[in-house]
Amino acid sequence: MVQFNLPENSKVLKGSYFKDKTGSESIKKVNIYRWNPDKNENPKIDTFEVDLTKCGNKVLDILNKIKNEIDPSLTYRRSCAHGVCGSCAMNVDGVNTLSCMKSHKDINGDINIYPLPHLKVIKDLVADLSTLYRQYESIEPWLKTKEKKSQTVEINQTKKNRKKLDGLYECIMCACCSTSCPSYWWNGEKYLGPAVLLQAYRWIVDSRDEERKERLKMVGDKLKLYRCHTIMNCTNSCPKGLNPAKAISSLKKMLATN
Amino acid sequence: MSAYKIIDHEYDVLVVGAGGAGLRAAVGLSESGLKTACISKVFPTRSHTSAAQGGISAALGNAGEDDWRWHMYDTVKGSDWLGDQDSIEYLCKEAPRAVIELERYGVPFSRTDDGKIYQRAFGGMTKNYGDSPVQRTCAAADRTGHAILHTLYGQALKHNTKFFIEYFALDLIMKDGECKGVIAWNLNDGTIHRFRSHITIIATGGYGKVYYSATAAHTCTGDGNGMVLRAGLPLQDMEFVQFHPTGLYGIGCLISEAVRGEGGYLLNSKGERFMEKYAPNAKDLASRDVVSRSIAIEINEGRGIGEHKDHVNLHISHIDKKIIEARLPGISESVETFVGRDVTKEPIPVVPTVHYNMGGIPTNYKTEVLTSNGKDKIIPGLMAIGEAACVSVHGANRLGSNSLIDLVVFGRSAAQRAIELVKPRTLHEKISSNETDKCLDRFDRLRKGNGQNQTSELRLSMQKTMQSKCAVFRTEKTLKEGVDEIKKPYEGMESISVKDKSLIFNTDLMETLEFDNLIRQAITTLESAYSRKESRGAHAREDFPKRDDIHFMKHTLSWHNNKEVKIDYRPVTLSTMSNDVQSFPPKERVY
Repeated sequence: MVQFNLPENSKVLKGSYFKDKTGSESIKKVNIYRWNPDKNENPKIDTFEVDLTKCGNKVLDILNKIKNEIDPSLTYRRSCAHGVCGSCAMNVDGVNTLSCMKSHKDINGDINIYPLPHLKVIKDLVADLSTLYRQYESIEPWLKTKEKKSQTVEINQTKKNRKKLDGLYECIMCACCSTSCPSYWWNGEKYLGPAVLLQAYRWIVDSRDEERKERLKMVGDKLKLYRCHTIMNCTNSCPKGLNPAKAISSLKKMLATN
Repeated sequence: MSAYKIIDHEYDVLVVGAGGAGLRAAVGLSESGLKTACISKVFPTRSHTSAAQGGISAALGNAGEDDWRWHMYDTVKGSDWLGDQDSIEYLCKEAPRAVIELERYGVPFSRTDDGKIYQRAFGGMTKNYGDSPVQRTCAAADRTGHAILHTLYGQALKHNTKFFIEYFALDLIMKDGECKGVIAWNLNDGTIHRFRSHITIIATGGYGKVYYSATAAHTCTGDGNGMVLRAGLPLQDMEFVQFHPTGLYGIGCLISEAVRGEGGYLLNSKGERFMEKYAPNAKDLASRDVVSRSIAIEINEGRGIGEHKDHVNLHISHIDKKIIEARLPGISESVETFVGRDVTKEPIPVVPTVHYNMGGIPTNYKTEVLTSNGKDKIIPGLMAIGEAACVSVHGANRLGSNSLIDLVVFGRSAAQRAIELVKPRTLHEKISSNETDKCLDRFDRLRKGNGQNQTSELRLSMQKTMQSKCAVFRTEKTLKEGVDEIKKPYEGMESISVKDKSLIFNTDLMETLEFDNLIRQAITTLESAYSRKESRGAHAREDFPKRDDIHFMKHTLSWHNNKEVKIDYRPVTLSTMSNDVQSFPPKERVY
């Protein structure tokens, strides 16, 4: 039988241990993936003992506490801290999520934090999302209307038609779904993945858009769309409670019945 | 110098920042055929515009009669007569067209029964010059900023704007008083870039993070304002910091004014609807400075809620569940996630929280940056828009939903002005290495910092000072203490420690550069507040409780030259831009 091994320089090694200095009774051990592009070293897992008595409830609060008080070189993206900007997506406790929305109180035992899976790592928890962004551009995420209607009034849309966009337009492009999808791991260059397909569907079902057919044709490709095998990891991981798997199955249905 | 290899770029126009204002400008510029670049320290849809909830104001009249002149009156009154009336006229007159344009770009606005853009009531928005509330705020549920930001990014892609993403702008390249571009640092590979441009548009947002508790994102560090101060130019009206009445208690997360617009109200520990006392007409929909002060008074007088009696409650459980689900889904989610409460059953604990900077880079309504030496002077090659700018349409207090409209109206205005000024593909003049070296020296010095003070400690000290000395209510004493105390973290930079020495995604260094921007704005904010001995809009002095139009109906200008702050003033524009509307003379401001 063929055996697959990680290349030597990809093996994750044991890193530094940062012992608590506060003497607190309420300590959580946090294991974090570290990799520095400047050093010719393997990635490693550093362990931090974090005093939870003076720490907010979310995993991002722990990361901020480590960066502010223990190791300023810890690298991760963060911005709004309220679950709307999508910057702090990472893998926490084995699940892709926004660290600003994930409560560390829900996690028993040590907390393990990794970058989003299967992406090139830039540094520590910062992963390279440029492929996903290019795929997003490829679905042409803007309203297309053919005739030059008067530009001085809005295009009418019934409440019923507007409701079709609910559960779609809220996507914050955090990439939790796409990077939890095994099919996207293997074919990420060609398969568009759940995040981008959800967006494609958002424009296809917008009653104001006049290029539905062309859009459907564009995604209706065995690699771009049909690499979805209904594994459902995407829907399970979405921190905003959206359902990309349903959007994808709706796309397949539209193509089958059109 | 310089040990850093520099990669050069030449563009007709450069936009710094990719929030709502920067993207709207970039769309207009790219559409016109000008060679345009947009640089941003975060991916565009991560910008803080995404956090705007309640809506965008425009007198569309989709929910009853409306008139842009009424909108203008409300904005002038909201600004406590510190807003420039020519700019406010421009904003309100252009607003309906700008919202229609957004709809045509694809923004998924909520809808009325007849399929038009849904509009809701918001604080300070009235009909017939103050008569009664009007529904003027156009909304996409309670995720309006998110919807607009994503749509504008799509439009920029459509028009092939060249983006430089995760590039951190270090400083403006200035030559003989003109702006020639920007030096920036590419976080992804650690390289340094020199962008030369005929016009540089600063759209870098506000600086909420000078405070400890703010609705602002970690990235709201006013980097453009910091660059302007270092270029020897002034910022304007920095003392006017808006406290949003309803930040989520203990968390700081924004709870939209839309909650009150849809019928929510505030209660104190005695179960009283206290806003009836402070604003008999508008009640919970008075303007933000008024509601924030009222809450602060209730708490100070012992009628706060909770163990420490330090917040009040916002009730919406009386509103139909279906309406909450349709119009306030984001709020329901945030309250559930961050304080574990079900808004259909329990009240939301709220407290006034730093939210918006009315102050910023002074500009005219064409968005050209101004300085003053007794007389206004335009800085060639430099424009500013959005929260970074002080046009000034918000004056001493911004009305809710007037910021999103500010972004798109003045984003477009900047693009139009740049199109008038720049001939595509004009050659760039030579820039000597002096201009570049100056800013790389600062970068290098901070990067190699091996001192005693960690950036996070200095930042915390600054934030605590601002929070306690420059809050909702201010006095001579607290402000003087603030002015003295804030020197410490600034001087602490002399011995700063940056542990991470690398160039690739060095967030330790980036936070240090952001702190360098923040601290200068904290200093100018405190000095400006100390110098304004009156109460106006968001600037409430307990020792000078009245507005003083004779001495202070003027904009504060503040320069920061290393350790010295210089304060000066320039007049407020009371005259309108056209004869379509008459100027609104100052009067007492009651709601």
